[in-house]
Amino acid sequence: MDRLSNNPDYELLEEDIGTEDEAVYVASQWRLIWWKFRRHRLAVASGIVLLIIYTLAIFCEFISPYDPTARNVMLTHAPPQRLRFVDSEGNFSLRPFVYGYKREIDPNTLRRTYSIDTSQKYPIYFLHRGTPYKFWGVWETDLHLFGVQDGYVHLLGTDRLGRDMLSRILYGARISTSIGLVGVALSFVLGVIIGGFSGYFGGWFDSIVQRLIEILRSIPTIPLWMGLSAALPPHWPQVRVYFGITIILSLIGWTQLARVVRSRFLSLRDEDFVTAARLCGASRFRIVVRHMVPSFLSYIIASITLAIPSMILGETSLSFLGLGLQAPAISWGVLLQEAQNVRTIALSPWLLLPGVMVFITVLAFNFFGDGLRDAADPYAR
Amino acid sequence: MLNYILRQTLMMIPTLIVISIIAFAIIQLPPGDFLSTYVSQLTASGADVDDATIQALNRRYGLDQPIYVQYIKWVTGMLRGDFGQSFEWNRPVNTLIWSRLGLTVLVSSVTMIVTWLIAFPIGVYSATHQYSIGDYLATFFAFVGVAIPNFMLALVLMWIAFSVFGQSVGGLFSPEFIDAPWSWARVWDMLKRLWIPVLVIGTAGTAGLIRTLRANLLDELGKPYVVTARAKGVSERRLLFKYPLRVALIPFVSTVGWMLPQLISGETITAVVLNLPTTGPLLLRALQSQDMYLAGSFIMMLSALTVLGTLISDIILALVDPTIRYE
Repeated sequence: MDRLSNNPDYELLEEDIGTEDEAVYVASQWRLIWWKFRRHRLAVASGIVLLIIYTLAIFCEFISPYDPTARNVMLTHAPPQRLRFVDSEGNFSLRPFVYGYKREIDPNTLRRTYSIDTSQKYPIYFLHRGTPYKFWGVWETDLHLFGVQDGYVHLLGTDRLGRDMLSRILYGARISTSIGLVGVALSFVLGVIIGGFSGYFGGWFDSIVQRLIEILRSIPTIPLWMGLSAALPPHWPQVRVYFGITIILSLIGWTQLARVVRSRFLSLRDEDFVTAARLCGASRFRIVVRHMVPSFLSYIIASITLAIPSMILGETSLSFLGLGLQAPAISWGVLLQEAQNVRTIALSPWLLLPGVMVFITVLAFNFFGDGLRDAADPYAR
Repeated sequence: MLNYILRQTLMMIPTLIVISIIAFAIIQLPPGDFLSTYVSQLTASGADVDDATIQALNRRYGLDQPIYVQYIKWVTGMLRGDFGQSFEWNRPVNTLIWSRLGLTVLVSSVTMIVTWLIAFPIGVYSATHQYSIGDYLATFFAFVGVAIPNFMLALVLMWIAFSVFGQSVGGLFSPEFIDAPWSWARVWDMLKRLWIPVLVIGTAGTAGLIRTLRANLLDELGKPYVVTARAKGVSERRLLFKYPLRVALIPFVSTVGWMLPQLISGETITAVVLNLPTTGPLLLRALQSQDMYLAGSFIMMLSALTVLGTLISDIILALVDPTIRYE
């Protein structure tokens, strides 16, 4: 066999005898999972959507045209500007542009109304040098993906203080989407350790853990989260509140993962290949790490993916209620605090856009996780 | 059977003890002790607080004693119906929570029934017409229902009602009925407004239940006894309703256990947005003003209700499902 694989003609040889079945027989577990996952079109598309969202979150300083705290006091609650290629006289330009707004204040109601002013035309420049910032807090630069020379561009409108919604949503993505990952990582560590011990040793430890999980799961999460996060001291710095919230969310999150790990341990403990390994004299540690973990890792990954949305929803709900992250911090939930009043929403519906982002992200995670779960066991029919 | 019910009921006790410890921890968590906050509030409002009052309050809540004594005092007080004092409202907590808890139970139960009524036909259709357009629609709706945050759905519905129909849909009663005593007119008025919170809170649960029913029914329909029955010429309708549906219906009862916490949870946040006279808004205010006895009692009672609901569902499950062993 070794002689054969050194032979440069081997690949040709394989092609000769190899049918499609052959490829399936020799493919590794992960390759089979990938093949199975690929067939789930919606899951693949959702994976791409998630990739885009996380890319936006990682490079939010560069992609957002403005500083998220910069105020444009002349443009409060301005509606989104439309990106245009054709101007009012019908001239086409390859460079996109936006029209400025003419602001009028109703003398009776003092309500501001904005109308499009075709005399103010602001062409959009790419890789534009705008307000300086520190990329990832390290490199100082003023390069933005796009921007305007003079005038303003607010593609998703502005909020109550005239801050650019697009920039705020992008910065919010960083906190809102990472809190899911950090929270799941915490839950994962707790869940694997507790669930693993519980499944491996069984006995009284297992019954206590199972009982505890049942109790924790019978408490309504939002009231519990509200109670715990209200106890976070108000003077804490943002970073600490962030981790505090993450820990609170993981307090419930680990239970589900622990259950998955435990049930997998239990079902694998008596499998033939585990018995075989034990009879061959493999140590307990080796059996767990070398034989058991790889065979249920795909399940764990699928459950982790399905656990992230509830973390994101939890953070958003808490921040929306004013019990999670607080105002100088920017997360989708914090942004939605502005949209609590139905009159405000009726006048400026674009304030709900962070909620749309939450919806898209959670939906994508659910589809993606669903596809992973189906693909997790590639040997099933 | 009686044994089983008795044992399940006894099993509630340790659960409730753990929950009460968690609720007590939440009461104790905010920095500073609440009595000093209370006293400073009273002095700020110009009231004269003498040492005797402080002493009395100290004794009442056992604040001068170690923490476990305080816990025991709180729990035993609760068993006697004394939930402590709400400092924001300056009233005993138990005068504040019962009507709100009652409405929470009402809204949650109606939601659960509506969830069942909607999920049942859709789930059955979805399973019997697998991969049809209707099935895909139901699946899509299920995913969307899970992904949309409760408060977001409430906001959008309020916005639509406000901008299209020009009416505000918040609250559970029309203005003229808010403080009115219970009457048929008031019940009718409430029912007319109930559908929005029920819709908002029920979406996620309905979606989950559709998926569960569909998966279970598909499993059941693939079993050999169904094939046998079909081969013997049993009509499709009879085939479906005779056994597979009964078996697939079990999760409707067994999922109550996880649906209840979800419902109460969703009810809390939806009530804040829609400004319902249920526990949500009051709990939020209590937490914001650190009125901890009120907040802790709410968390305790909401959890206790969930545990009670789960117990009931366990008993019903034992009655419905003959495969459950009582040992």
